[in-house]
Amino acid sequence: MTGEAVIEVQGLTKRFGSVVAVADLSFSVRRGEIFGLLGPNGAGKTTTIQLLLGLTTPTAGTIRVFGLDLQKHRRAILQRVNLAATYVSLPTNLTVWENLNVFARLYGIRKPRAKIEELLELFDMTPLARRVTGTLSSGQITRLNLCKALLNDPEVLFLDEPTASLDPEVAARVRDILRQIQRTRGITMVFTSHNMREVEALCDRILFLARGRAVAQGTPEEVRARFRTQSLEEAFIVLARDERLYDVAEVGGAD
Amino acid sequence: MWLRVYALVLRHLYLYRRSVTRIGDIFFWPVMNLLVWGFVTDYLQKMVLPKAVVFLIGGMIFWDLLYRSQQAITLSLSEEIWVRNIMNVFIAPVSILEIMVATCIVGVLKALTVMVVLGVLAYGLYAFNVLVMGWALVPFFSILLLFGWAVGMFTMGLALRFGHAAEALIWGIPFLIQPFSAVFYPIEVLPRWLQTVAYFMPSTYVFEGMRAVLQAGRLDLGTLAMAVWMNGLYLAGGAAFFGWMLHRVREKGLLSRLYLE
Repeated sequence: MTGEAVIEVQGLTKRFGSVVAVADLSFSVRRGEIFGLLGPNGAGKTTTIQLLLGLTTPTAGTIRVFGLDLQKHRRAILQRVNLAATYVSLPTNLTVWENLNVFARLYGIRKPRAKIEELLELFDMTPLARRVTGTLSSGQITRLNLCKALLNDPEVLFLDEPTASLDPEVAARVRDILRQIQRTRGITMVFTSHNMREVEALCDRILFLARGRAVAQGTPEEVRARFRTQSLEEAFIVLARDERLYDVAEVGGAD
Repeated sequence: MWLRVYALVLRHLYLYRRSVTRIGDIFFWPVMNLLVWGFVTDYLQKMVLPKAVVFLIGGMIFWDLLYRSQQAITLSLSEEIWVRNIMNVFIAPVSILEIMVATCIVGVLKALTVMVVLGVLAYGLYAFNVLVMGWALVPFFSILLLFGWAVGMFTMGLALRFGHAAEALIWGIPFLIQPFSAVFYPIEVLPRWLQTVAYFMPSTYVFEGMRAVLQAGRLDLGTLAMAVWMNGLYLAGGAAFFGWMLHRVREKGLLSRLYLE
């Protein structure tokens, strides 16, 4: 991946009172790559995504998306990005179609029918269009959330544990779809997951976080080599158990 | 057995230990009911009965208008929190003004519907014709609607900041206004110091105006102008409060956790 940087983060810090959730984080994400944010629970992954979406105000640091300052151009940036996360749901009392129709219009699509039909087709959801969202299975809800996240043809897609709570078969299907979308549409993805195999299979580069700090950054191979492990899962466990490693420098260089 | 009973009691008491809103809820409704119906009884003892029925029905219809207006605004946002859709809304390229305008439109639609339904029912059941107030209905409706929006923005700010914990306040705050708005009795029924409080409520001028129109067919435009002016201040205050709460929510990173609060 040699594309231009679509996200540039410099010295990003977020404190909640005395708790430092994100500490002096600097990284960049290149156009078209799948960038993994990894780390144990409480590492600061979700806070980082919320900071990147302007949902949380940073204590210090700058975030530029598409070369624009997030603080000053938040709405223009939001028009070109989207999010799917396990902790976010669409209204359960609306039908699949109604939900997508509402969000299509929120993203400024005046005649959304064709777009909705295309996405329902992509995710095998067409027969479920008239179903009330609350009656869907968790796998179907995940696919619906992804439909919603692709309504505006985002250039950057934030995926916060998109396959959590899915059975392995459905999770594999979702991964296939994500890979296909990334290949065919060239969407940049910022991805968090606790499933290290998934991360290894999907991500071009990863940023390991622990206690809000970047402890390793690079390709999955570089991170494995850094921790002298056979897999990212082993690296994850080493990192989670050994606090001394929290002070190590990154391996892939700060882009 | 008692250990399990104790555990279940404890489960509920834990909720109250750190929640001022839940403790407040225990006392709030009985106190408000006592105030409203105490003053109503006091008023009824002094007046001629046929007018009382007209005033009470008129007061009830207008009160519901104010209440629905406030609820429509607050619930539209609260519902997004309850169903965990709030982040989807806030990451869409939508401005706060657009969210406010949309919720106000929902408020108008609900208030109009309520007004029509109650007006028709009151005519059919009690021969009370709300249209007898003529063009005065327009300022009455507008003032109550705008005051409902102002209160709604305040309670919407609380819902955004405190999530589920603020539910009791969302339902209860309009009833904090009710005893001081002279909804079911004239303002003179209130003790002197409460009359001063009442004059700070735009709704008071509507309910007083309604009784004046129904009784004597006259409308004091000066007092209605005062209500409009106050509404301007309260709307600005409500919007500022909501903006401040949103700022705090962003600072505290609460948007993804509101449904847990």
